[in-house]
Parts: sequence; C-alpha cells; structure tokens
Amino acid sequence: MLPTSRHFPENARRALADPVLQAALGNIPAGFQEKRAEAVARMPEFAALCDAARDIKDHTLENLDFYLEAFEARVLAGGGQVHWCRDADEARAAVLGICEAAGAETVIKGKSMIGEEIAVNDHLEAHGLEVVETDLGEYIIQLRREPPSHIIAPAIHLNRGQIAETFLESHREFDTSRPLETPRELVDEAREVLRAKFLRADVGITGANLLIAETGSAVIVTNEGNGGLTLTLPKVHVVIASIEKLVPTLEDACTILRVLARSATGQEMTAYTTFATGPKRAGDPDGPEAFHVVLLDGGRARMLASEFREMLRCIRCGACMNHCPVYGAVGGHAFGWVYPGPMGAVLTPWLVGLDEARHLPNASTLCGRCEEVCPMRIPLPRMLRAWREREFADRITPPASRFALGLWAFFARRPWLYHRAAALAAWLLGRLGRRSGRFRRLPLAAAWTRTRDFAAPEGATFQSLWAREQRRSGLGRGAPEPATGRGP
Amino acid sequence: MPRDPLHVGLFVTCLVDLMRPSVGFAAVRLLEGAGCRVTVPRAQTCCGQPAYNSGDRVAAKAIAAQVIAAFEGFDYVVAPSGSCAAVIRVHYPALVGDDPALSDRARRLGARTYELVSFLTDVLGVDSIEAGYEGVAAYHDSCAGLRELGVRDQPRVLLRSVEGLTLKEIEGAEECCGFGGTFCVKYAEISDHMADAKAAAVVATGADTLIGGDLGCLLHLAGKLLRRGAKVRVRHVAEVLAGGPRTPAIGERDRD
Repeated sequence: MLPTSRHFPENARRALADPVLQAALGNIPAGFQEKRAEAVARMPEFAALCDAARDIKDHTLENLDFYLEAFEARVLAGGGQVHWCRDADEARAAVLGICEAAGAETVIKGKSMIGEEIAVNDHLEAHGLEVVETDLGEYIIQLRREPPSHIIAPAIHLNRGQIAETFLESHREFDTSRPLETPRELVDEAREVLRAKFLRADVGITGANLLIAETGSAVIVTNEGNGGLTLTLPKVHVVIASIEKLVPTLEDACTILRVLARSATGQEMTAYTTFATGPKRAGDPDGPEAFHVVLLDGGRARMLASEFREMLRCIRCGACMNHCPVYGAVGGHAFGWVYPGPMGAVLTPWLVGLDEARHLPNASTLCGRCEEVCPMRIPLPRMLRAWREREFADRITPPASRFALGLWAFFARRPWLYHRAAALAAWLLGRLGRRSGRFRRLPLAAAWTRTRDFAAPEGATFQSLWAREQRRSGLGRGAPEPATGRGP
Repeated sequence: MPRDPLHVGLFVTCLVDLMRPSVGFAAVRLLEGAGCRVTVPRAQTCCGQPAYNSGDRVAAKAIAAQVIAAFEGFDYVVAPSGSCAAVIRVHYPALVGDDPALSDRARRLGARTYELVSFLTDVLGVDSIEAGYEGVAAYHDSCAGLRELGVRDQPRVLLRSVEGLTLKEIEGAEECCGFGGTFCVKYAEISDHMADAKAAAVVATGADTLIGGDLGCLLHLAGKLLRRGAKVRVRHVAEVLAGGPRTPAIGERDRD
C-alpha cells in the first residue's frame, strides 16, 4: 500500500469532519480503555507481569541471532520450511512461490500486519490468485478496498449501516430484500460466504503473534476462530512474521499472552489461541501437509542497533492507540500507512522514510499516556522526540519552523536581551488587550485564534516587576543570588 | 532551635514571566509563607522545552546549561509548572548525556527540582492552606506533572483545605487538553478538537472555576472556554492557594 502519511494534516482534517468516523471513535473509551482498566484492576500482579514480558523480549533481542537459528532448526526438524526474507519484495516473492508451487487458486488469510506491510494480497491478486480475508473486520475492509484503521480492530471506523451496504453490494448471490441489520445477521452472512471459501482454499496464510524458538511454533490469537480454520483446512499453511516475534520458550509465550489480551481488549485471554507447529504428522486427524514460515527482516535488524531498538518489543496490542488522544481524534487512516497511533508514529518513519512520514512523530502532544499503558514499557514519547531530532538534524523540518525556533533560541540563550524583548512584548500585548482581556484575532497567531481566544498578558513581565520590587525594598527581600557553582 | 530557612530558587517559567506574573508572585508568597527564602535568578529565560520538543538538541542543551548554571546554589528549585519542572528534573540528565561538564550537575539539579504544589506537600509537608475562595472548582491535571512527576493528589489535598472552595472531578481527567506546546498551532484542528472535548467535560462538572498547575494548558483551555462563551473562570493553582486572587482570571477584563 502506498503511504499517504505525507498528507497527514489533510487526512486529519477530513477525519475530523467525518461524522460517522467521529461517532465510531467515540466508542473507544468505553470499548477499549475501560475494559483494559478493569482487566488490569482484576490482576494485582499486572505490573510485575509487564516487567517480566519486557525482560523476555529484551533477552530475546539481545540474542536474536541465536533464537532465530534455534527456531529454524525446530521448524525443519518438524518437517516445515523457513524462508529468510530481507525485505517486502523477497517476502512477497516467497509467498507467491509457495502458492504457485502448490498450484493454488484460492488463498485464505488470517489477519496479519506483516501481510499489510508487504501488501501480500495485492501481489497475489496481481498474479491471478483469489485472496480472501477471514477475520470479519479484515474481510469487510477487503470488500471495500480499504486499509485497516486499527491494528486489532481493522474496521473500527465503520458503522453497521456501512457494513450492511458493503455486503449488499458484494454478496450478489443473496436476495436483495434480506434483513441485514443486526450484528447477528451480518455475522451469519459473512460466515456463510467465508465457509465456502475455507473449504475451497488451497493455501492458508496467517500472521503470528509470537514465534517460539523452543518448539518451532507460531502462535495465533483470534476472537473468531478464523485463525485455526485458516491454518488447518488448506493443505498448505504459510506463516508470515517479522523476526522480532521470537520468544525463547512456551513459558515465555504464555507470559506475553497474559499481558497481550488484557492490554488489547481487556480479556484474560483471547477466545482462540492457536499453536501451529509444523505440518500434519502421521496419525494427526487434521492439519496442513506443508508448513512454511516466511520470516521478514524488513529493517528490524538495523533497528536493533538504533535508538528505536525498544520498539522491537512491541506485541501489537493496540493499547497505545486506544489511549492516544490524537488517534482518538482522527482515527487510523489519517496516519496514512499500515501502523497508526503512537506505535505507528515510531515505526512508519523507519519503514517508509522520515521524509514521507515526518508529520507522525510531530503530531503528538507528548502527553505520555501511550507509554503509561504500554505493557512492554516502550518509551514511545522519547522515540517521538528522537524522530524530531533526526528530522531537525537532517533539515527535513520546514524552513519556517526552523527559522522561528532559531529566532526564539537566539533570545532564550541571551537572558539580558530576552528580558527586554519579553518586557516589550508583554507591554504591547497587555495594552492592546487590556480593554477586553483577550484577543479574538491576533496577527501571526491565526492558527490559535481561529478557534480559541488568546488571553492578554497582564502587561509587565515577572522579571521586571520583581526587579522593581527588589529595588524598592532596598536590598530586597530574600538575599542576593548565590554565586554559581557553590551552595550558600 | 530554628534552622536556617531553605533557600529556594524560583524557576519562573517563560509563560508566567510573559503572560501572568501574578502567578509568580503567588508562588513566592506560598514559598515564603511556608518558611522558605526565595531568590529569582535573573539569568533564566525558559527551560528549553520548545527546542527540546522540536528536535533542536543543540539549542535545548545550551539552554539547559544556562539553567543548570543559574540554579546551582540553591537547596531546592521550584517551578509553578509540572511541565517545566519535569523537563529539568526528568529530561535534563538525558539531554546533557555524558557531557563531563554537565552530567553530574544536571543530575544534582534534577534531584532538587520540584513542581510548586508537590514541593509544598511532599518536601515541606504542608497539608492544608489558610486561604479562602468562594466557588466550585475543577482541577485540570496537566500531562507532564501527572505522568512524569506524579502530581495528582497533592493539589487536590491543598485545594480541599481552602475555605469556601468545593472541588469537582472532571470526567476523563487523564486526557490531554491538546495544548502540547507548538502542537496547538502546528496541528491546530486536532488540538482544538481535544480542547473542545476537555472544555465540554469541564462545563459538565458545573464548576465556576477551572484550576490547574500549568499555564500552557490554562491559557489554552481559557481560550477555548471563552470562545465557547462558557462561564468558567480559569486560574493557576498558586493564585488560589496564595489566598484571594488579586488579578482578573485568565483572559478576563480588568475590573477597575
């Protein structure tokens, strides 16, 4: 998918003016924030569990080469194959190669952010394959040819009416006068359509929430059970995952699963947790005949050596976006690529370039709520600042902003000059605003005053008033400033 | 035996200096009232946050060095702002890095820098204030103070001790008001959307006064409340705690 992150301000403006989207975003506090808070409150050891999860990931990242090779060895021993892919091109080619070798016509797919990142659907479709998403939300947006707007709730931007409309347009095989209003009716119809595809599919593609080095397993969590069907019904199962999904042991995987669902949806566990370990063995009642893991680097190895290393701990729970006021205002599409919200604002510049995505790390008040709820303790605000530093150093920051900042810094670094300039500004604005106490319009501040009044300053700076008071009271209140470098 | 009073350096903050000096004087009254000796170093301008948050690390570090030098000799450094105090306390040590001329000094300064209200409660042990304010007030938590310095209960404890003041809670108190420094003009529509939500939540409390500890948020919310025509006065917590505000509320006319 081509990024539109460059157009974040316009995307955001459109989102703010979209009443359907705004209504949908209004459900986030009750739908996600409260449920997470309740789940955390039910578990006194939640904080300790998050620390443990963080430590597991840190240890894994420290020894990633070792665990990757251990994982591959287990997959091979179980009769599967691992495809090492440096970038999206290689990963797409690997998936297509597997599908073609299997003589596939129809491919079913579970929700996968790596699938979005490498745009695997487009690639397979361009080569004549039918690809069907099996997660309900993903299926809906696939019919609408839209990207996901949330990493765990891809169709969160839509309401029921829009979904019914999409089904009426897409499912031409049904009676047009059928009732299609309740969630039940919508789900039943999707299930009926998808069942046929499940049974016909030659290849099933899933992502992986975790890869376990000890067992060579891919762990897939869903609330719909589509993951389990996708990987057991077709004769070929392809896992697409990036290298940082590794954890050492089954026990480690369980620790992370315990924080994942609570952080994501406030559930203790997702409804379905599937461990896919190799192809069907002799005596197994079902399962695929072939098991492939397409392992994507996609810039992660380089990230390990950067100031964004801790971002590789991310388990894609979505808590950061669920608690982000900017995401809550504009939704996921405004961010313009695969990953929205705070985690997206850190990842997107890395994956598509800072030139394209410079707005994302800037479009944040650095309120810190994302870091507070991140179960993997990722210092997201620090990383947003790190991007801003790179942007400034690489001169991607717009010249007008650089100039204004430079001018301000010139004064801020010269206190004697600064105090005079501040006194003048306070006096001028104070006089102009004395009549009403505020400005409804102010030159150079239109971005503020278009929607907010600007309070007039009191008219003199604190420093000038303080100096006057000191002079008036002779030696003054308090004592002279201590000499720098020594305590009093 | 009486001890020497604690010597406090007041970090005025650029917004208080420029926009609302009465907050600075209220802070001085509070600190002196609690037995401190207050000095205001002339060599201060701003904590450097605009540069720090805009990625200009060189300017931010130069300003940090200036603040570190200006505030070296005090027992404590106090700012009437959680945001500026957090920059000095939490971010300066990271900002100056392992620069041998600054790193130890930044750490020492950070360790003795406090936001005003939490300094009164957590360091000086103040748990009530002799002041009066007739009205129903809501307290706005500013993000940096709340999440980086743990300022949450302290202002509420002191405000509850103010005679005549009834304290209300804002729904979604932990939500950012959308100020965010330069964010409020760089992404003005998003900022305004957040301000609108916060202003509506403030009005819904039925409070006649909004009180907060950070002038940035307060100027932003006052601007929004005034534009909406809401009858809510906005004041800095220091003004209320220092007893009988002596100036009109933020954005209000001088009542001669």
